[in-house]
Amino acid sequence: MTSLPKKQNKKLGLVIDLDICVGCHACAVSCKEWNTSGHSSPLHDIDPYGDDPTGVWFNRIHTFEVESEINGSKTVHFPKSCLHCSDAPCVTVCPTGASYKREEDGIVLVNPDTCIGCKLCSWACPYGAREYDEEAGIMKKCTLCVDKIYNENLPESDRVPACVSTCPAGARSFGDLGDENSEIFKLVEERNGYDLMPEQECAPTNKYLPPREKNDQFSSDKLSSVTQDNDFTFETWKEIIKDASK
Amino acid sequence: MNPFKNQTEEVQTSPKVSDEIKQTTCFMCACRCGINVHLLDNKIRYIEGNKNHPTNKGVLCAKGSAGIMQQNSPAKLTKPLLRTGERGKGEFKEIEWSEAMEIATTWLSEIRNTDPKKLAFFTGRDQSQSLTGWWANQFGTCNFAAHGGFCSVNMAAAGLYTIGGSFWEFGEVDWEHTKYFILFGCAEDHHSNPIKMGLGKLKSKDDSKFVSINPIKTGYSAIADEWIGIRPGTDGLLVHSIIYELLKSNKVDWEYLKRYTNSNWLVYNNPGKENHGLFARDENNSPLVYCKDNKKITTTKDQNSNSAFFGKYKYNNLEVIPSFELLSKEYLKPKYKPENISSRIDVEVDVIKRITAEIAETAFEKEIEIKVEWEDFNGKKHSSFKGRPVSMHAMRGISAHSNGFNTCKLIHILQTLLGSIDVPGGFRYKAPYPKHVVPGPKPAGKIVKANTPIGGMPLGFPTSPDDLLTDDNENPLRIDKAYSWENPLSAHGLIHMVINNAWKGDPYKIDVLFMYMANMAWNSSMNTKETIKKLTDKDKDTGEYKIPKIIYSDAYYSETVPYADLVLPDTTFLERWDCISLLDRPISSADSAADAIRQPIIKPSRDVKPFQDVLIELGARLGLPGFVNEDFSAKFPNGYSDYIVNHERQPGVGPLAGWRGDGNEFGKGAINKNQIHEYIDNGCFHSHEFSENQKYFKFTNKAYLNFAHEMGWIAKNEPIVMQLYSEEMQKFRLAGEGFGKKIPPDHLKERIIKYFDPIPSWYQPFEEKLNADNNKIYELYAVTQRPPHMYHSWGSQNAWLRQITNLNYLYISKHIAKTNNLKNFDWVWLESFSSKIKVQCKIMQGVNKNTVWTWNAIGKRKGAWNLSPDAPESNKSFLLNHLISDVLSNASNKNSIISNSDPITGQAAWYDLKVKIYKCSDEENDGKIYPSFEIIKNNSRRNISINDYGKQFPKEYSKNNLTKIKEFIGNSKNIK
Repeated sequence: MTSLPKKQNKKLGLVIDLDICVGCHACAVSCKEWNTSGHSSPLHDIDPYGDDPTGVWFNRIHTFEVESEINGSKTVHFPKSCLHCSDAPCVTVCPTGASYKREEDGIVLVNPDTCIGCKLCSWACPYGAREYDEEAGIMKKCTLCVDKIYNENLPESDRVPACVSTCPAGARSFGDLGDENSEIFKLVEERNGYDLMPEQECAPTNKYLPPREKNDQFSSDKLSSVTQDNDFTFETWKEIIKDASK
Repeated sequence: MNPFKNQTEEVQTSPKVSDEIKQTTCFMCACRCGINVHLLDNKIRYIEGNKNHPTNKGVLCAKGSAGIMQQNSPAKLTKPLLRTGERGKGEFKEIEWSEAMEIATTWLSEIRNTDPKKLAFFTGRDQSQSLTGWWANQFGTCNFAAHGGFCSVNMAAAGLYTIGGSFWEFGEVDWEHTKYFILFGCAEDHHSNPIKMGLGKLKSKDDSKFVSINPIKTGYSAIADEWIGIRPGTDGLLVHSIIYELLKSNKVDWEYLKRYTNSNWLVYNNPGKENHGLFARDENNSPLVYCKDNKKITTTKDQNSNSAFFGKYKYNNLEVIPSFELLSKEYLKPKYKPENISSRIDVEVDVIKRITAEIAETAFEKEIEIKVEWEDFNGKKHSSFKGRPVSMHAMRGISAHSNGFNTCKLIHILQTLLGSIDVPGGFRYKAPYPKHVVPGPKPAGKIVKANTPIGGMPLGFPTSPDDLLTDDNENPLRIDKAYSWENPLSAHGLIHMVINNAWKGDPYKIDVLFMYMANMAWNSSMNTKETIKKLTDKDKDTGEYKIPKIIYSDAYYSETVPYADLVLPDTTFLERWDCISLLDRPISSADSAADAIRQPIIKPSRDVKPFQDVLIELGARLGLPGFVNEDFSAKFPNGYSDYIVNHERQPGVGPLAGWRGDGNEFGKGAINKNQIHEYIDNGCFHSHEFSENQKYFKFTNKAYLNFAHEMGWIAKNEPIVMQLYSEEMQKFRLAGEGFGKKIPPDHLKERIIKYFDPIPSWYQPFEEKLNADNNKIYELYAVTQRPPHMYHSWGSQNAWLRQITNLNYLYISKHIAKTNNLKNFDWVWLESFSSKIKVQCKIMQGVNKNTVWTWNAIGKRKGAWNLSPDAPESNKSFLLNHLISDVLSNASNKNSIISNSDPITGQAAWYDLKVKIYKCSDEENDGKIYPSFEIIKNNSRRNISINDYGKQFPKEYSKNNLTKIKEFIGNSKNIK
């Protein structure tokens, strides 16, 4: 089976802010668009105009309701892609070494030349983040846009994953989560970013930011009327207000 | 090769992305973002947002990124088509463009030489209405409009008749400074990226709050700090209740009202007389106020006077009252108390009171200040812009109700009472707005003559009954009955009534229906089934179609194509020139006046032409004055790009405002032959940033108003006074009472008197009223929401977007599920006054308890859009449109059938729908949607089973050309 790197120089990953994700799918489509002509090209779609169109998507948005009898419901938009785990079971389970984690930046990739399409990795991934390309017969997955983030043909400011640069709400951030001085690390600290399903012990690199808890900003929950009389007449109100409206 | 030896992969991290980046403007929806299109091997490699673009600043939504699949859609039309079989069968023969243009010219010139109004020219969601409207004017028909009557006119008109700007595309929230944002209804459509960017910004601030008032908790509502699941169509009542609480507690901005609104203007109280309810004016026609200091009636121009909000005074021996007294008297009626409103809107009393307290606290105790010196129109110098940081936005959920105009006006009045229009943290105008209330010009088309332009743009803004387009007997002059007594202020026309009226020959028969990009045989019509019948119905005596000729232009094989006699295939948005002009609906922001173009990025590989080129060529062939030179040669031989640069609407004013004259002039200036290249070099847009002292209080800001006047955006260099009390409405009401030269027909008098209210108030949506009058059979509300990744009809054929959504259920509340004994995926009948549909339901919690809803326009007709006939869109998905009546057939007065629209603006009332739900019986439960439609024939159907887009690009990625392991092992299905 395949080994994880002994050390990671960087832990590149994403931070996703669930407080402001509106579930618009911009990140998912931009990801598809970049990557279908990118490192893992093409991301096949099968029966694209037919009965059951399915395709390879590295990033998918799940929208669901969390119900609660007391507080009503909450509608959650939850984008999900590979979390580039430090203890990635999709790597250690791989029989050919095709699924591997890069020492230089921690990105988990699949080598298409050595992948045999056995799908063991997708069984091993607790997040369901792997994408089997039926047509190609091999496993594919989020590459963190490895062919974009280092791409010297692009201006430096564009060297971020497609999902990050396109997000209209600004709900996605990218950076080195292993660097305590990085902006992204501080963001996670500040907002109590969390690991998805920590009990799976995969040590995911990507983090999610929970909805902000806002302090009660307002001093009163109702206005005081200028007239004490609950069944006031317009004329009495007007008499009181006349001076105020000067 | 030894497959069991680990191989390291050589990852190519710097592959070539593009040979060339071309910039243009996206057209996957109405948002008009700037995009960078990366081209590799002359194909689109990648589309991303343009970082420098004022609209989207680099971001791009799902639709925008899916533009690649729109370009590669198999539904694209490929050649002009001439109908050979019966209408609706989809039997066509391909013809050459020369023949197509010949046919169109023959049909149209016959009309123009005799009676130009026999052409009804209606466009859809196109963005070239300053061209198309002008073309209609030159042709000489009054029968022109676009999609706005179905979509947005309540928002546009309510704003323009009240504050001189509007939500929709003419204004925006001050996202930078706002602290309390209220979103009314579904707004995941227009202006979508700026709103998403704004919400992200707003929510990231600690001292901010986002309140969503929407029967359904999806999209933006899901991230609201507070969601209020209001009953559909009752937002106006909630606003009433908030206004009631604010007034009662003296939480209004008196100074703002006095300076910038007509609150102090004196109104005649002279019931039963011709001037009742009109403003008292002096001999110079200037409105008057009562000055409390010297106890005299004086002109409003004297802004320093301490003018009265209340009281009764005498002018010319008649009683006059400040308009605010009338307004506050109405708005303080006990019926608007939260206690009396709560149960009608499904919002608790405490919630209404608390929201109001929060609004008041934010507005009046969290005032913000931007230190900039500026001067108001009265010459008063200010050292800062002071703002009340409460902002609001509304769109679809307000617009598509028959009380939408008044509801939207109420929201604007609430904003004005708070003093939060065009101030820091509030709602801000986008250039060329604000305009004076009411903006000019009036609708043209009173006189229609052979071979003669109508003398102005067909759409405009009536200010009194004199401006209506009705004949001497007060019958409508337009085929859609816009600007008639049925819907006097129909500033966007009534596209939804054209087919019905043309079929009936009411008010007259037409000869050619010419449509562009308007899917009228499907999701852009109410009562789709009947609309389709009307397109194919024949006159029993002559055997001819009741609508004799239909010309249709679209880029794709939509549901409407089979109903055309002549199809003119359009290009995609990446293959054309376009102009998003300050003369129409520009891309301005509150900080800058901006316009944009589209440039052809790739050459079409089909025999298609951009519609605007076709229209300009038709104009020349028909000899329309604006489209030919004196010798009758074509004025714009090179098509739309030629027109964009060389057309002048007025001397020095053309479609584009940037780089005029010698290339340094903005707004006005001579024609600059190089203008379009300047746009291309600048990312296909031009943006003129206002100076800091011009950015707020634009209605009174001297530096801004001077500039706006110079640009020709406002007709007079005077401050813009917000009209809380609307004299225009009163003029129509007086006509209803029998005053003036033009009086409504008897059967409409009551309607005019009732709905034309100078002080807007909420009324029951028409279908609700109908239900109340008919034993309350249909107690539930049915509305749609727009999936943010797909809200225009042409999105659902997209190979990528349809993987996200390709079927819609009927979503119902737990309450409805319980009372009707329903569970998930049950098949149910949903029945309305006019029709019923059979669909599958799903239960959810985040929805108003009396409301059912579904996603808009996912359902497609079988065979359309080149989807396979077994596509879920055509077999498991549905439109609510089938349930929505286009006419109010049970209207209290049976003399006339009136469109199911707002009585003031003619906005289609497709959110008024009332329904009942019941489980379908075992026999009926065949697992099929009802109604189903005959499959549309499409001879050019192409089968695509695999989409491998991206494969065609040279692969620099994989360096090691080794035998793949799985082939070595022998388990590949493709093994050779």
